[in-house]
Amino acid sequence: MDQELIFMTIIGMALVTYIPRVIPLLALSGKNLPKLVIAWLRFVPAAVLAAMLTPAILLENGQFAFGTENLFLWAALPTLIAAVLTKSLFLPVVVGMLVVIIGRMLIG
Amino acid sequence: MAPTASQSSKHHFKHWVQGALQATPILLGYLPIGFAFGVLSQKAGLSPFNTLFMSLIVYAGSSQLIVVGLIAVGVTPLSIILTTFVVNLRHMLMSAALTPHLNKWPKWALAGFAFELTDESFALHATRFVEKAAERAETFAVNITAHAAWILGTWLGVVAGGLITDIEPFALDYALPAMFIALLVMQIKKNAQIFAALLAGGLSVGLYLYGWGQWYVIIATIIGASFGVLVEKWIKN
Repeated sequence: MDQELIFMTIIGMALVTYIPRVIPLLALSGKNLPKLVIAWLRFVPAAVLAAMLTPAILLENGQFAFGTENLFLWAALPTLIAAVLTKSLFLPVVVGMLVVIIGRMLIG
Repeated sequence: MAPTASQSSKHHFKHWVQGALQATPILLGYLPIGFAFGVLSQKAGLSPFNTLFMSLIVYAGSSQLIVVGLIAVGVTPLSIILTTFVVNLRHMLMSAALTPHLNKWPKWALAGFAFELTDESFALHATRFVEKAAERAETFAVNITAHAAWILGTWLGVVAGGLITDIEPFALDYALPAMFIALLVMQIKKNAQIFAALLAGGLSVGLYLYGWGQWYVIIATIIGASFGVLVEKWIKN
């Protein structure tokens, strides 16, 4: 593919990425949504975060991995504990990264 | 009661700094992934300009990484654009979920906000907006910081791709998973949400393993959130 065609493809990608990002915000804001819809939307953050996170920490190369080779899973535990205790963003991130660093030093 | 110009700019400055600081975990995560994208994009034969242009106007990490792989093997532009659409369709749910918090914003601000709506910025905002009302300058500062980190990472990958080959020792690849864990915990206020998260997480892994391609996040989220509403009603009665 030459660079000009790639350039046009990128513009197409940008359009199909932006449209789903913007339509709900523009179409729904300022509207009185039914109670049931609002109740449903309140569950979306927890559900979508869990849906994105779980495969990332339970799987390695597309398969379940529960052993020490899956450092991301084991680091999730202290990260989770730090998050529950502090209810903050930074400390759990630091704890998780430190555990991964130490784990790699011990294993690698 | 309009504040004086100096008061207002000082006020704004504080919000911009706070927003930029809140985006730190995203910044730590985006730099290395943007870097990887920059390196792979060069290898796939994209010019430096096109590589940076994609990070500027598409700004969706996983789809960008998938697309450079597709370009490398010579897939047609139409299927590349279709793939991008499907991969990024999940943002529709995120955009909808943030709407109740942004009801007071003018349309132009919503349009600008949506341009920089990613998995990570969504995760952060969904938690921020529950804790306090959406402050516009602070919110844009989060988004612009994250986007700048993505572009900077891409640029570093383009210019220094050959120099740094291993980012693993710094564990930067764990910044985003750790942030997702923390935000998920902060997001959960009631038992029905725990149920929705567990169900969505389990379904997501299952659908992924059964080869549902790029649909697993969307379907798992819809089912998880729906059962969350049902369980909430059931607990109340």
